Amino acid sequence: MEITYKKGEVAQTKKRKIHADGIKLLLMTLPFIVFVIAFSYVPLFGWAYAFFDYRPGIPLSQTDFVGMEHFREMLHDRDMLRVMINTLALSLLSILAAPLPLVLAIMISEVRNGFFKRLIQTTTTLPNYISWIIVFSLAFSMFSSEGAINTIIARLGLSDTPLNVLGNPEHVWLVQTLLLIWKTIGWNAIIYLAAIVGIDGEQYDAAKIDGAGRFHSIVHITIPNIMPTFIVLLLLAVSNLLSAGFEQYLVFNNIMVADKIEVLDLYVYRLGLVTNDYPYSTAVGMFKSVISIILLFMINSLSKRVRGESII
Amino acid sequence: MEKTARMRTRKPINWPDMAFNAVNYTLLTILLIITIYPFYYIFIYSISDSFQAQSGVFLWPAGFSLESYRATLQLNGLQEAALVSVLRTIIGTLLTVVCCSFFAYLITKREMPMRKLIYRFVLITMYFNAGFIPWYLTMKAYGLQNNFLLYVLPSAISGFNIILIKTFIEQLPPALEESAKIDGAGYFTIFTRVIFPLSTPIIATIAVFAALGQWNTWFDNFFLVENPNLQTLQLVLYNFLNQSNSISSMSAAELTNSAEVRTMTPQSIQMTITMLVTLPIVIVYPMLQRFFVKGIMMGAVKG
Repeated sequence: MEITYKKGEVAQTKKRKIHADGIKLLLMTLPFIVFVIAFSYVPLFGWAYAFFDYRPGIPLSQTDFVGMEHFREMLHDRDMLRVMINTLALSLLSILAAPLPLVLAIMISEVRNGFFKRLIQTTTTLPNYISWIIVFSLAFSMFSSEGAINTIIARLGLSDTPLNVLGNPEHVWLVQTLLLIWKTIGWNAIIYLAAIVGIDGEQYDAAKIDGAGRFHSIVHITIPNIMPTFIVLLLLAVSNLLSAGFEQYLVFNNIMVADKIEVLDLYVYRLGLVTNDYPYSTAVGMFKSVISIILLFMINSLSKRVRGESII
Repeated sequence: MEKTARMRTRKPINWPDMAFNAVNYTLLTILLIITIYPFYYIFIYSISDSFQAQSGVFLWPAGFSLESYRATLQLNGLQEAALVSVLRTIIGTLLTVVCCSFFAYLITKREMPMRKLIYRFVLITMYFNAGFIPWYLTMKAYGLQNNFLLYVLPSAISGFNIILIKTFIEQLPPALEESAKIDGAGYFTIFTRVIFPLSTPIIATIAVFAALGQWNTWFDNFFLVENPNLQTLQLVLYNFLNQSNSISSMSAAELTNSAEVRTMTPQSIQMTITMLVTLPIVIVYPMLQRFFVKGIMMGAVKG
């Protein structure tokens, strides 16, 4: 009797203690939660602007509610069509380039010389760590009319007119994709290299005994083994279809290529801060966010169904 | 018998293998040159004599002069910008490390009510984005326009870092924490004395991630900070590039009002600023490489 009573009391105080600990923990967490709300959730209320006829200077409460007006406007916006084409073209080109890091990883893994292997791995990753502004500065030093490439061409007497790489609207998509590849190929190859290192060496030994050459080993062992990694990265790239790199195109924008380089994010910025059309800019941005989330979830459920694994 | 015969015929020269190696090494060497040459070019240009360099620099510096570094450091606002960049990197990194690690530790505590819900609440933020104008207006409403805090506050908590740290803390042996608890230590003491020191590998990785991000970020500066005393090094370079891009005929002396620069071409100044912005990254690069590769692997395992 006495024992049970004591036992109950102990359990009760323990429970109460846990409760007190829980509250203490919650109180300590609170500032961080407020922080997350302030910087990630509060901006969502800005979406309200998309439904009003807002003009900067007038409080939102005194402006007219226009419902889906700004979203309908998108359908008739010729600029919007051009911007969508630019965005999709640049995204698709970068998706087409997706196998390149995989190829690089295979090439690096086939190098037997340890020094050369480390050298190529560390140097190709370097561009990943620099900002797009520095990439722009480097590209400018290479390709401007007084840049290295044009000086070499002029010296060798190959051509009289300087090559215009960064201000050429016809090739801007290709040039930008090449720059993106230059910046990211080494970094993206790291993931594949890790996957290749993880492949069981016995598979290669067995193939060797069967008389398979290096090319055969690559095609029948390396590639099938890193395919799952490739597919995950490809799917993630597809879900980012509308988010063609804002910083890159903002930095490389100039009057000559403006029409072809203006992607969705740049358009949102121009509408908002250059022409001060906050509501329409917000509507376009919202359209982008919603489509991106839908794409991500669709692709995730597709991946779950086909591979039995989610990617996010 | 048969085996030795095959060995003998295959051993001497394996032509396909040789060809493979030749092609492989050639292509990789070309890639190596394409990657490294632009960096090398700005380096040799920046240490060349400004006027000799104008007629072309390829493999070696044209003359040798550190004059462009001296002139660049005296450009209007450059030293202040360097200070702002260094400060945002240090303060921003400290803030991210402290906030993310303590928050992640609290989330690992099972006795906290609604723990899973809070964790998800933070993780979801990785997948949506309010968009440009809402972000811009919110930051303005918080009074962060033309404010140094804009550089360091919004990035203090990131879902990705929380995942990494939480996963790391959860695989630490619980006995360590238990014994500290028996000694009467509170959560904060346990965190600072036990958890934080034990988590150094992941903390270092996140610190490196954060520092690099801070050093390279410029869009907050670009959109919301006009105050010349709060410019970052990245933006100074960007503005300089844009000026010399659109008005390429202009001389450096017209672009800046410092008398020191009159002897320099804008190209030399541009190369030198680029060097100054890139140099810190190249110096900490070996460390970056180690931690980043570790970080990307841990991210791949995901929690």
